[in-house]
Amino acid sequence: MNIEWYVVLSSLLFAVGAMGILIRRSPIVILLCLELMLNAGNLALVAFSRMVGNQQGQVFAIVVMVVAACEVVVGLGLIVALFRRKLPLDVDALRELRG
Amino acid sequence: MEAVLFFAAAIGALGGAIGVVALRNPFYGVLALIVHLFSLAVLFLLLSSAFVAAAQVVVYAGAVMVLYAFVVAYVGGETEPIGDPIPGQKFLAPLLGAALFIELSIAVLGSSLQALDTHGPDVHAGFGDPAGIGRLLLERFLLPFEASSILLLLAAVGAVVLAARREPSEEAAGGSSEHSSEAPAERSEDPPAASFHAGGVPS
Repeated sequence: MNIEWYVVLSSLLFAVGAMGILIRRSPIVILLCLELMLNAGNLALVAFSRMVGNQQGQVFAIVVMVVAACEVVVGLGLIVALFRRKLPLDVDALRELRG
Repeated sequence: MEAVLFFAAAIGALGGAIGVVALRNPFYGVLALIVHLFSLAVLFLLLSSAFVAAAQVVVYAGAVMVLYAFVVAYVGGETEPIGDPIPGQKFLAPLLGAALFIELSIAVLGSSLQALDTHGPDVHAGFGDPAGIGRLLLERFLLPFEASSILLLLAAVGAVVLAARREPSEEAAGGSSEHSSEAPAERSEDPPAASFHAGGVPS
């Protein structure tokens, strides 16, 4: 398969993830959609690394995985803290910081 | 053969992604994301990057998704209420998503990358295996490697601080503002006395 198939698939997955962030309201599902977008970026990185023919893009993809794991850990910690304080798990109901 | 594998994995990845967006129970969303991640691992293998595929399966589909499943089980996967707070949100969002996809495709395919419609150059047999990735990671990219390990440590400490269970007295003092200031102090005095009393009964 040509590289452009992978790149187009990755942009499609990125668009689906962005659409999910716009539609959904549960913070857990928004984190899942963030994972979709990061993984689409990973797919593009690995595809371009194959296109160029060296392995540096794969190292970058692994660093992206580490950053995604950090984001998941902090985000899930926030969700558990919200749940402990009995706040609603709905991003539209949490609007204290809105100006 | 490669085309068959590519399209099977692409359909799996796309189906998993749409499942994450469309399924209303968060637990099913987590399961759909696991399908998506496994399909992406197949795509990584097709791009001859074995180590990234293995890390994807072990780290992502193994560890991170277990974390998600635990949190969904703890919080309780209640389904979202229907009805959009912004009028027309359910129609606007797919429209914007489609616009983003078209824009990204134009940006990538319209770029002057000559090698985009090739298979990529022929690579040696050890392309993307753990030895090569590890050598790159520990020699050339040592500083990003250390920086990402510090970031991981900070995130772990931050998650413990965020999700740590508060002390009962602190919770009572911080949680109830309408009570008088005497009440939390009295309540924090109570449990030691009760335990002392309970401990005193058998003797």
